Amino acid sequence: MNWLSRLVRRRKMEQQLEKELRFHIEEHAANLIAAGVDPDEARRRARLAIGGPEQVKEQCRDARGTRWLEDLWYDLRYALRAVRQQPAFTAVAVLTLALGIGATTVMFSLVSGVLLKPLPYFEPDRLVSVNGHTDTWNTSVYGEQKLAYLDFLDCQRDAHSLDMAATVYNSGTLSRPEPPEYVDYFEISPELFSALRVPLELGRAFLPEEDHIGAAPVAILGYSFWQSRFGGRADVLGSSLVLDAKSYTVVGIAPAGFRLYGDEPEVYTPLGQDGGGYLHNRAAQPVRVVARLRPGATLAQAQAELTLTGQRLSQAFADTNAGRSLRAKPLRRNVGETRDTLWLLFGAVSLILLITCANVASLLLARAVSRERELAMRVALGATRERLVRQCLTESSLLGLSGGLAGVFLAANGLRPFLSFWPGDLPRAEEIQIDWRVLLFAVAVSLLSGVFFGLAPALRAPFRDLEPILRSGERSAARSSRHLHGTFVVSEVALAIVLLVGAGMLARSLLYDSSLDPGLDVRNLLVARMALSPAVLADPSRIPAAWQDIIDRAHRVPGVQAVTTVDIVPMRSGNNQLGYWTAADVPPENRRPLVLASSATPEYLKVTGIPLIEGRFFNDHDRMDSEPVVVVDEVLAKNAFAGQDAIGKNLWIPEMPCAQPEHAYAECKAPYKVVGVVGHVRYWGLAGDDQAQVRAQLYYPLAQVAPRFLPRWSQLMSIAVRTDLPPLTLLESLRQELRGAAGDQVLYQVRTMEQLEHNSLSQQRFLLLLFSIFAGLALLLACIGIYGVLAYLTGLRVPEMGLRIALGASPASVQWLVLRQSLSMILFGVVLGGSAAVAAARLLIRTVEGMRPEPSAFALVIPVLILAALLASWLPALRASRIDPIIALRHD
Amino acid sequence: MPPKSELPQGTLDLLILKVAALGPLHGYAIAQRLQQVSRDVVQVPQGSLYPALHRLENRGFLEADWKETETGREAKFYRLTRKGKAQLEAEAASWERLAEAIGVILRLSEGGAK
Repeated sequence: MNWLSRLVRRRKMEQQLEKELRFHIEEHAANLIAAGVDPDEARRRARLAIGGPEQVKEQCRDARGTRWLEDLWYDLRYALRAVRQQPAFTAVAVLTLALGIGATTVMFSLVSGVLLKPLPYFEPDRLVSVNGHTDTWNTSVYGEQKLAYLDFLDCQRDAHSLDMAATVYNSGTLSRPEPPEYVDYFEISPELFSALRVPLELGRAFLPEEDHIGAAPVAILGYSFWQSRFGGRADVLGSSLVLDAKSYTVVGIAPAGFRLYGDEPEVYTPLGQDGGGYLHNRAAQPVRVVARLRPGATLAQAQAELTLTGQRLSQAFADTNAGRSLRAKPLRRNVGETRDTLWLLFGAVSLILLITCANVASLLLARAVSRERELAMRVALGATRERLVRQCLTESSLLGLSGGLAGVFLAANGLRPFLSFWPGDLPRAEEIQIDWRVLLFAVAVSLLSGVFFGLAPALRAPFRDLEPILRSGERSAARSSRHLHGTFVVSEVALAIVLLVGAGMLARSLLYDSSLDPGLDVRNLLVARMALSPAVLADPSRIPAAWQDIIDRAHRVPGVQAVTTVDIVPMRSGNNQLGYWTAADVPPENRRPLVLASSATPEYLKVTGIPLIEGRFFNDHDRMDSEPVVVVDEVLAKNAFAGQDAIGKNLWIPEMPCAQPEHAYAECKAPYKVVGVVGHVRYWGLAGDDQAQVRAQLYYPLAQVAPRFLPRWSQLMSIAVRTDLPPLTLLESLRQELRGAAGDQVLYQVRTMEQLEHNSLSQQRFLLLLFSIFAGLALLLACIGIYGVLAYLTGLRVPEMGLRIALGASPASVQWLVLRQSLSMILFGVVLGGSAAVAAARLLIRTVEGMRPEPSAFALVIPVLILAALLASWLPALRASRIDPIIALRHD
Repeated sequence: MPPKSELPQGTLDLLILKVAALGPLHGYAIAQRLQQVSRDVVQVPQGSLYPALHRLENRGFLEADWKETETGREAKFYRLTRKGKAQLEAEAASWERLAEAIGVILRLSEGGAK
């Protein structure tokens, strides 16, 4: 018989046990009677000999080995009964827990989806990324170093342990089918889909013979693009599209939801067909490499191979590859600063959960105290301490699980609305869902909280000194629980303080940040990316005229005051950081100070409203054949020239797109002359700029960018337009006008500077919203907790209060008695929470951009909490002062 | 009545197995047989007999059936299983080794006293 059938046949086994023992006693008695003992006496002796029949039965049940299950069953039924007897208590407990667990579950689904889950590919732990590394490379600024395409081809040929694939991110104008649209595309090596083991939705992947210059152009469409642009029609296979003036035949459709590095591109094209100079030069590293370990191969083997290849390349191509090694690392999604934000919110939400646990624990404790006599009775009847603790824990776990169930329900319904509130892009957002991981977490949290808030009441279960408890009225027995109750109140107050201070600091910092001057006039300023006609891009000599044409055309639109091109837009759109030096002996790349550089046209200051402080801005006389000039901002003037007059000084900027270097990736040797100083712009956003690593700014004339750089520059170019009307009202006419002569120039990513400025504080605003909700919830829960505990403790003291009143105590003094008790708990909590909040404040400052140490937050928040807490204690105090002494004294 | 000895820890199971090896017996008979065989030296605490029986049954050393006794009443009869027999032999051997060793030690100390 296994334990299951024993359990199922429990009733029968009980009957048999009873029968067996009865048989024994009767046999024994019969024997004694036969020996001449009086029948009654014989039965008495027989019963005595076997000991207490109930104890023997208990021991036999223990011997059966299913004891714990039976007990669990009993405990569950008992717990259910207890729960049903107190529906109000149960509802409050389950609801609070549901809030706490629900909020925690939502945050955990984010943490799990974004940070913990393996990437959504087949055997993601076998995938690696391959990067280059040189000592002069600044990873924190530029990210991981990618590979040169030619280096990739060499690695791929040499690799025995890796299936490698390359991608290059690109964007361009899709001009056929109409209407023209600016799209993102991935240039990929033919192995990409096979290395990731991703089957295509339709059609086929690229073939190796299609991966060289001159092969028939073929393209694969991204699933979403296929759906939105082609209605998901299968006959799109074989049709043609024109991307950057080149006609492609569509041969496949990528599967739904397939993303690489977080992007789902509109189109894929064969990387090997791209004849672009930057792909056929080892000095440029545009290629991202993903690889899958072949069966049996290890990461160490792959690394050993790559090291060899890297050494061979750096010897064979010393001028471009010297000092460059190759590194293989497990493929991970770069989630950037989101990691910190997520953990911060998860931490905050855990505090809420702790508060709910403390709240429920104090409620349970109050109940356990009033059940003390019942428990004492059970001990007297032979229940062991372990048994009682187990029973209490079963009850609290049941509560925890019910709360968890309700919480998961809340989380499942609240997750998507919550995500839609998330500011900006949440990486891997599409992977966030309530999956088995999250459910497992929720169950674990529910059980853990159950044990956590159930443990204190359970351990309090009376074990020794039963007699006074049994003899006394239940009310006088609860003295020892006052400490425990105090602990809960103190911790609730402390946790609430932490969240309140967090919210207070966020609010103060946000107020401060919004009051900052962005450094430019954000009103009536429109910025948009601008794609030149593909035909123009193919012929660099036509580009300067094309940009001039765009500026002229934009001027023709009524309502436009001034127009400029710009390659990086304030409020962190685009990023071009260059190293500079103030003398000709420029140190290696990683030791140069950095500056944010943007090209500009003469109307730049008029468009942006940035003040000119000294010297001049660019004009039409700054040309390719005139002296190279730059304009610096106040920060660069101060950093580079330390108080001296910047005008007329020289700057050496090796990465500038100047005309002198012999080939595209050599360094620019000539100095640039500073002709003007302008105001600093909060490029990194209102909140972020003060803490940014690279704040200095520099402008150079678009007219002095050497022609061979112009196609690349033009791909990244935006235009900024100052208007005297609300800028978005001009958008349609701008769009039409800028289409150009060929009708294939596209304006995209349109934003107003006001939107950009607003967005630059969206993280702070979002965190403030959440922290306010958390803090409000914490305050409310803490007040409910304080009210409950005090009402309970005061209830215990009813006879005492009655006596005091009967002896002449005034209502005020009785109220004070109760308030004093609560005040000491509150103050202790405030002190404890205050010190915890100092630590939390440090964490906030480190995690959240633009966060300032705001001691005022403490001063603001603590009185609020104390007031609220006193208010919550006042009601029990009032009730205590109105006790009718006659009734109170009769009470016991 | 001669003074009765407490059973050493863990020996009750062994004795029960030995008695049960004689044939199917019900609990009361096992208790009686134990007492008779040990000439009343061993006092089996009847209170711990049944938990021990249930434990041995649970571990598969004993099997039980409900059968009629000679007096026509239904009783639970315990029988040694194959596994129980092996356990009995192992335990008996280990007990004998122990008893012998203790005997040797006791004789030794007598010799030493002379």
